[in-house]
Amino acid sequence: MTQTSKTQNLPTPNNHPRITIFSDWCKSCGICVAFCPKEVLAMTADHEVLVKAPEKCIACHMCELRCPDFAINVEEHATGPDSQKGELQ
Amino acid sequence: MISNSQLVNKYFRHNKKFPHIWCPGCGIGTILGNMLRAIDALALDKNDIAFVSGIGCTGRAPVYVDFNTLHTTHGRALPFATGLKLARPELKVLVATGDGDATAIGGNHLIHACRRNIDITTIIFNNYIYGMTGGQYSPTTPHGDKASTCKLGNIERPFNISQLVEAAGATFVGRTTSYHTLQLQNIIKKAILHKGFSVVEVITHCPTTYGRINKKGNAVDMLKWQKEVAIDKSRADKMEPKELEGKIVTGILIEKQLPEFCEQYDNIIEAAQNLKNSKPGGSK
Repeated sequence: MTQTSKTQNLPTPNNHPRITIFSDWCKSCGICVAFCPKEVLAMTADHEVLVKAPEKCIACHMCELRCPDFAINVEEHATGPDSQKGELQ
Repeated sequence: MISNSQLVNKYFRHNKKFPHIWCPGCGIGTILGNMLRAIDALALDKNDIAFVSGIGCTGRAPVYVDFNTLHTTHGRALPFATGLKLARPELKVLVATGDGDATAIGGNHLIHACRRNIDITTIIFNNYIYGMTGGQYSPTTPHGDKASTCKLGNIERPFNISQLVEAAGATFVGRTTSYHTLQLQNIIKKAILHKGFSVVEVITHCPTTYGRINKKGNAVDMLKWQKEVAIDKSRADKMEPKELEGKIVTGILIEKQLPEFCEQYDNIIEAAQNLKNSKPGGSK
């Protein structure tokens, strides 16, 4: 059981949250894309979730909380004010 | 807040096949995730939690998580949980059950567990249908809605689970939806901390059977519907009954303290032992 991800994400700008999509677990239901308040995410023609505008992410974590498949991860940037929150234990 | 990766590493069974079996967009995964977040926020030890379920889509929930888990027969999650709680009262017993599992097959068990006020937290995943077996109507399918066993519309009136358990004597009743994830976490936290029988009814969506048969759209459309119909109790209290037609009141609906079953049972054991010791010729 491993969460794997494709490197389809655009590079994350400094001090912005890092968003990872675990494409092996994602079932392309579109909930994260539909309820993102800042339109950070988009669905491609192949029904894959794309992190379209990582610089707009405000780390509200609504995509994480609503994802039924545990397939999206939002980590605050290591140099940001909330750097400890996203660290793996 | 714990991230999804941390949640997976900390609480999931790593020998299970993932992604899980639930359909794309199904709300059960969302509810399970927020339940785990509530448990994480309370800093409970995994070994102090027993997670019991019956049969159905919801019955699969304990299979994936690394607590003391029990996957029991259809509708009988609460009787198993009652036995478990009496044998090991120090455990936090959580029950995951669907609308059919809780109110049809296990309907009697639900009302009698409410009446006893045993310290168990029951989370009822109400998606208005039997999803796993092919979309048969359940006791909560709304009047007039369709299912694979009532193609022309349901002629029965549905149960209102929160009112049912309130009338049966549950001392904590909360209701929320799978859209309102933070409220869901808060209500589950309070339900776990409540001493007595607590019920959390979570309105969720089944896009594959209920949504498809009733043309309610996909998972996103069904979540938007939940957002529209849900009204918080604080607002609903100020509204007329006519304005609340078709709405779902969410929040903590009932919270009261009454004597708990395990404690009363301990008192009975003590009373019986005292009686035995006080009799002439009784054990010393």
